[in-house]
Amino acid sequence: MTKFILKRLLIIIPVLWIVATLTFFVMRMTPGGPFDTDRKVPEEILKNLEAKYHLDEPLAAQYLRYMGMLLQGDLGPSFRYPSRTVNEIIAETFPVSALIGLLGLIYALILGVGAGIFAASKPNTKRDFLPMTFAMLGISLPSFVIGPLFMLVFAINLEWFNVAGWTEAKDAVLPALTLGTMYAAYFARLSRAGILDMVHQDFIRTAKAKGLPGWLIMLRHTLKGGLLSTVSFLGPAVAAMLTGSLVVETIFSVPGLGRFFVQSALNRDYTLVLGCVLFLAVFIVLMNLIVDIAYAFMNPKVSYDSNGT
Amino acid sequence: MGNFFKIFSVSLSFLLLWEADARSYTVAKQQLIKVGNATEPKDLDPATVTGTPESHILDNLFEGLMAYQPRTLDPIPGVAESWSVSADGKVYTFKLRKNARWSDGVEVTAQDFVYSWIRALSPKTASEYAYQLFYVKNGEAFNAGKIKDPTQVGIKALDKYTLQVSLENPTPFFVRLTSFHTYYPVPPHVVEKEGKEWTKEGKLVSNGPFKLKEWKLNRHIHLARNEHYWDKEAVMMNEVIFYPVENTDTEEKMFVAGDLHMTSTVPTLKVPFYQSKMKQNPNQYQIYKNVPNLAVYFYRFNVRKKPMDDPRVRRALALTVDRKLIVERVTRGGQLPAGSFTPTVAGYFYQGQHTLPVSVTPEAIAEAKKLLKDAGYEDPKTMPKIELLYNTNEAHKQIAIAIQQMWNKNLGVEVELFNQEWKVYLDSENKGNFNVSRAGWVGDYPDPNTFLDMFVTNGGNNKTGWSNKDYDKMIDMAAETLDQAKRFDYFQKAEDLLLTELPILPIYFYTQQKLISEDVRMLEEGKITEWYDNITDRLLYKYYVLVDVKK
Repeated sequence: MTKFILKRLLIIIPVLWIVATLTFFVMRMTPGGPFDTDRKVPEEILKNLEAKYHLDEPLAAQYLRYMGMLLQGDLGPSFRYPSRTVNEIIAETFPVSALIGLLGLIYALILGVGAGIFAASKPNTKRDFLPMTFAMLGISLPSFVIGPLFMLVFAINLEWFNVAGWTEAKDAVLPALTLGTMYAAYFARLSRAGILDMVHQDFIRTAKAKGLPGWLIMLRHTLKGGLLSTVSFLGPAVAAMLTGSLVVETIFSVPGLGRFFVQSALNRDYTLVLGCVLFLAVFIVLMNLIVDIAYAFMNPKVSYDSNGT
Repeated sequence: MGNFFKIFSVSLSFLLLWEADARSYTVAKQQLIKVGNATEPKDLDPATVTGTPESHILDNLFEGLMAYQPRTLDPIPGVAESWSVSADGKVYTFKLRKNARWSDGVEVTAQDFVYSWIRALSPKTASEYAYQLFYVKNGEAFNAGKIKDPTQVGIKALDKYTLQVSLENPTPFFVRLTSFHTYYPVPPHVVEKEGKEWTKEGKLVSNGPFKLKEWKLNRHIHLARNEHYWDKEAVMMNEVIFYPVENTDTEEKMFVAGDLHMTSTVPTLKVPFYQSKMKQNPNQYQIYKNVPNLAVYFYRFNVRKKPMDDPRVRRALALTVDRKLIVERVTRGGQLPAGSFTPTVAGYFYQGQHTLPVSVTPEAIAEAKKLLKDAGYEDPKTMPKIELLYNTNEAHKQIAIAIQQMWNKNLGVEVELFNQEWKVYLDSENKGNFNVSRAGWVGDYPDPNTFLDMFVTNGGNNKTGWSNKDYDKMIDMAAETLDQAKRFDYFQKAEDLLLTELPILPIYFYTQQKLISEDVRMLEEGKITEWYDNITDRLLYKYYVLVDVKK
């Protein structure tokens, strides 16, 4: 197992290198640059700007320069926010996104998996259809609809929360609910399907024959295998939730990392784009690793030891 | 233009009505105003930033040689108490007040201005807005690295309180320019110590009515009163918080919930709602404000490409756009249809005979058809297809569709619409890869020059390929003339040429829309009055006061 984990951690290095290289060159091939605005900057000023950010050097030299900085863990200065470095921006905004993501995740897991179990316990009855209809709604309603709706009900009508902004702890609640709702819906459908797959397995029948009570079978046997698909979806889902969502953060005017993913690309803020992409890449690789480890515990068929199957 | 005055006088009569109905109020104990400020500022360095959200904050943190009157934008003494100009209009001498201080108590001196302007012009600073200082003698050459010695640049401290500025040309609006943020002083003692981090919270030191208390990325910028400000007695506001709320619907909801005193704009879809609410209750306080803005929405014609190379085609197209319909039915935000290119500014408005009609008449269509026939396109099908480019945005799309329909219905001309992401669109525009492209221009300072000098031959923002020697000459003459009436005469002639040749198609003049709480009042000549704005929406919280209205 340790060997497996080490191997997977080492893979991060080539993955990051490929992602960084691709992103670097794709960004440079995109028309328009960081200093293009609707009031055109005079030639001589553009030259000064390019010299300041080393954009006047050949592309290969710029690439090497960036890779050199990257090796030292330096993501460089932001083009759009010149008084801040990319490291600072990520360090300042990621905790906000992570808090919202974590709250959203907990909410989505409890509600989603709960609804899935509830629905799967009596398939094709009202108990099944009702939560699954809501789940379908949750999947189809985009967050730019749900967000303002929550805002209207909980902030403006009931006045339980602030409309938007980031001044007190409870400001995380509405964004977390908005973010979590869509995932809760996915979790509900995935866990229901997974559990129903398990119900007809031989080992469940054996457990039933042994006379184990239904709830114990569910807890000890069915869930373990039934939630496998949910767990594999958790990898990318957790990475996406914790690194923030553009829509949710813009709607609730929350200072998270999510909005920089899109905005930095639109601004051609080369260093910030790279920083965000690399950060997300590391996150996804790590999350998938955790998921794979969880697999080994949940599914007896999976083993990562070389002397195993 | 008649329309402009009509709308203006209507809103004026509303104003009188509110005054008559004004309920009694007391000055609020807590003077803390919360305002929506659209987006996170790039930086708070007055020398390098270019955007509106940045200038909203900087105008309150810093003060230039001249400040500006909040209603008219006319220059009033700021750090400089007085100024004089040489007979040829090229040398300005500013006398600085002796009690001007940085927010850390350090004196503001003439040397600080020399330092700041040289810094803004220095190639090392690489300021995008360095060209705002190109009016100063050798400013451009120094910025381009052709002159290395900063003492050759036309700015000198004659003594601690006397600043002498030499210009390239007599620039009649130069005094006005010194109230623009690129001309603001920066504190040398802080900049030298902190380097590019000097604008961060805890480090930034300013010389205006407010100082920086907090700057949290994408959260808020919090200003507090500057106890060292020379005119602090006149300031009633204690704190200002700017919120970078990008989503306009969210901003509006925050206002409704009472979390903001002022919004930066109003969501387009909500404008009719507020307008009708305002009409229904004319006696109540009007929270919805719509103020003419120094900005124009227009299309560029690429005169290097067929069929836009023919001025007759351009004229035919310009005649058949119903500007009134566009502002009333498409944009619906109280914008003003543009019959000329330059909005009315500081005594200037275009009165020439080439004003474009705001509505389309059958006569105009007949004239346009004849123009197309003369240009050899009697059958519009033979005309090369017109490609209309705009940056991806719902509002631009709707306007483009409306204009596409108008040209098709009135002339039978086929128009294809293209949208591109912002930076790609800018790239296409700069490279001339377009037939017709959507554009907007916000004036930098209240003078026609900021609009008309765009279209000189090979001007960086011309982008149409249009060139006219007489036009260039008029703009040059205006730059060398001190007499305001004469200058405006040159601008009139230049605009005449612009509207005859039509490398551009003016569509509407922007207006600034806001929601403003009843508690927000302003000071004018020592008295508390209703809220007011200026045409560039440069808000000075120095003149703001919050009140408690008796319900």
